[in-house]
Amino acid sequence: MLTRIWALVIKEFLALLQDKKSRFVLIVPPLIQLIVFGYAATFDLNHIPYAIYNEDSGFASRELLGHFQGSPDFQQVAVIEKEGQIAPLVNDQKALLVLHIGPRFTSDLLLHHPSPVQVIIDGRNSNTANLVLNDVNSIFLSFDTIWAADHNWGGFPVQLAITSWFNPNLLSRWFIVPGIIALLTLVITLLVTGLSVAREREQGTFDQLLVTPMTPVEILIGKAIPGMVIGFLEGGFIALVAVLWFHVPFMGSLSALILGLFLFLLAAIGVGLMISSLALTQQQGLLGVFLFLVPAIILSGFATPIANMPELVQDLTYANPMRYFLIIVRGVFLEGDGVSLLWPQYWPLILIALVSMISASWLFRHRI
Amino acid sequence: MNSQRLRGLIRKEFLQILRDPSAIAIAFVMPVFLLLLFGYGVSLDSKHVNIAVVVDQPTPETSSFLGSLQQSPYFIPIQYPSIRIARQAVMSHHVDGIIWLRSDFSRNLLQKKLAPVGLIVNGVDANNARILEGYLQGVWQNWMNQRALDSGSPLLVPLQGQIRIWFNPALRSQDYLVPGLIAIIMTLIGALLTALVVAREWERGTMEALMASPVTMGEILVGKLVPYFIMGMGGMLLSVAMALFLFKVPLVGSFWVLLLFSTLFLLAALGMGLLISSVARNQFVAGQIAIIVTFLPAFIFDIRSTPLPIQVITHLFAARYFVASLQTLFLAGDIWPILLWNGLALIIMALFFLGVTWRRSHKRLD
Repeated sequence: MLTRIWALVIKEFLALLQDKKSRFVLIVPPLIQLIVFGYAATFDLNHIPYAIYNEDSGFASRELLGHFQGSPDFQQVAVIEKEGQIAPLVNDQKALLVLHIGPRFTSDLLLHHPSPVQVIIDGRNSNTANLVLNDVNSIFLSFDTIWAADHNWGGFPVQLAITSWFNPNLLSRWFIVPGIIALLTLVITLLVTGLSVAREREQGTFDQLLVTPMTPVEILIGKAIPGMVIGFLEGGFIALVAVLWFHVPFMGSLSALILGLFLFLLAAIGVGLMISSLALTQQQGLLGVFLFLVPAIILSGFATPIANMPELVQDLTYANPMRYFLIIVRGVFLEGDGVSLLWPQYWPLILIALVSMISASWLFRHRI
Repeated sequence: MNSQRLRGLIRKEFLQILRDPSAIAIAFVMPVFLLLLFGYGVSLDSKHVNIAVVVDQPTPETSSFLGSLQQSPYFIPIQYPSIRIARQAVMSHHVDGIIWLRSDFSRNLLQKKLAPVGLIVNGVDANNARILEGYLQGVWQNWMNQRALDSGSPLLVPLQGQIRIWFNPALRSQDYLVPGLIAIIMTLIGALLTALVVAREWERGTMEALMASPVTMGEILVGKLVPYFIMGMGGMLLSVAMALFLFKVPLVGSFWVLLLFSTLFLLAALGMGLLISSVARNQFVAGQIAIIVTFLPAFIFDIRSTPLPIQVITHLFAARYFVASLQTLFLAGDIWPILLWNGLALIIMALFFLGVTWRRSHKRLD
């Protein structure tokens, strides 16, 4: 039995690596993706371009603007002298933010009157606008606190002390890069396994395989091993790059990650083989993989939280193996999780793997 | 270019489209599927976030704070008896953060000393954590104002930020995401339609039959372009209709400008698809799908946040200009300083791809 499986595994690897198309798919997209996502996938704003329309000549406005000029998050791009200049700057996306300080700002403040500052934010990108709004608010807050203390306003009664666990500087790279491990291993494993049965069906060699002494389980194992090996190699490689190149901290246990990757790959291989044994041609197999991958990636929590989705869609995500593995990967990297804390993620993966593999091996014989 | 032969080719292509549903599926079913999936599945608006609340010593002050937290649409506060148990709830992802009112909260507050409210967020999802912090700051400021009003002396804060968010006052993430999504979907349609369909012609050997006929390569290309352009525009109009009526994204700019930009972009996307398929025939279809699929989530990110080299590289992609024009057209209106540049870039790209495809296409079977 072992020699039979071994022979099939060798044949599968040869089929994979000899074909120029599949070699390309295995190596080029993951590399481009890792580089681009590692660097480009960020929500963090560093140089918010802003413009100033200051009608006040007093020292208070200079002090307020000093807070913005001193912050590395903001970059002054223009000084405005009249109202009409605001709209073109924002419309043309030259400035994301315009601060308009009225003529009576300093005198109001010196008289202990609260003074308005107009803030205009370009809302075309809602997420960016939200982050700019937060940054502006915290600068206003620090100005308020200092001004209140210096000029006897009687400060705030309550202070908000914010700490963030696991990612103290709130770097989105720490969130995205471990996610790439899940994303890329899923795509690669599905492409490898999703085409393997379909290719044999198209070429007619699957019928030959079925009349050999191999049982469906042996075929399944033989078809699964190449996906597992390639998935582990790529996943391990990306994990190494994440730690050594992108300096994402690795806080948890390595065995928890390896167990998670193993179960995730099993589930992905099962889904891939199921799609593959449903398809009659490679084209169909490819389309099936595509139709599974798109929702699986979008509804996984890779870039946007699952909690923001409508209830019905949230229920759908329970069938998505990537959802569980993303929690495992991020938990192990950032939260320092071990095996015991991650059981709620492991068992659904086992379930998905079992269901999909059993149906795949059933389909081997029943769809000819 | 012989108009009769061209008509014949276009007719043949349309018949083929009608008889093989895969092109119709790509042009009309896929945009609906993707728009529904992304439109409902992708959102950056956090609401009803579970947050742990730990009150060391319950007093009227702490319950008034919790009251205002409960009124916020953003949070669902869940009480935990101690910080240790709340920490476990964070670790097991039952809550996204902890609000901790320590035992000295009320005493400090009554003695007019600084009373700290501790907020601990799970920072793994950095973007979400930032947004949560902003929301909590809002709750906290409201509560202080309300408290000051109740006690008869309104809170005097030096700065009063009057915040105006242009183009999307409610900061609905759908208004931002859906226009970008249309561009991504159109890229997919343009690339898939031509790549799969022209590749098929080679695979089935019908391309050889075409070459043996008197039609020129230019006629074959135009004959492919016209039907798929019409299909692609159909898919585009469908997507725009869904954006306007299903997702209620406002269209501030004019419809005709939108149509013009869609035309330009579709020509560029189809040209790129034709180029890829005439160069690589079938070989890269799988690779293309792999790349497209894995880059799908990219449209959520803001190009302005990325490092400079990557910003430079994005200039090579037609989708970049189309996304920028669509976001401006939908939310801000016909702002010509932005539209002119992006339109010009789209024209150049369309001319480039179509021109190169034209030049590279020979009647040869190599």
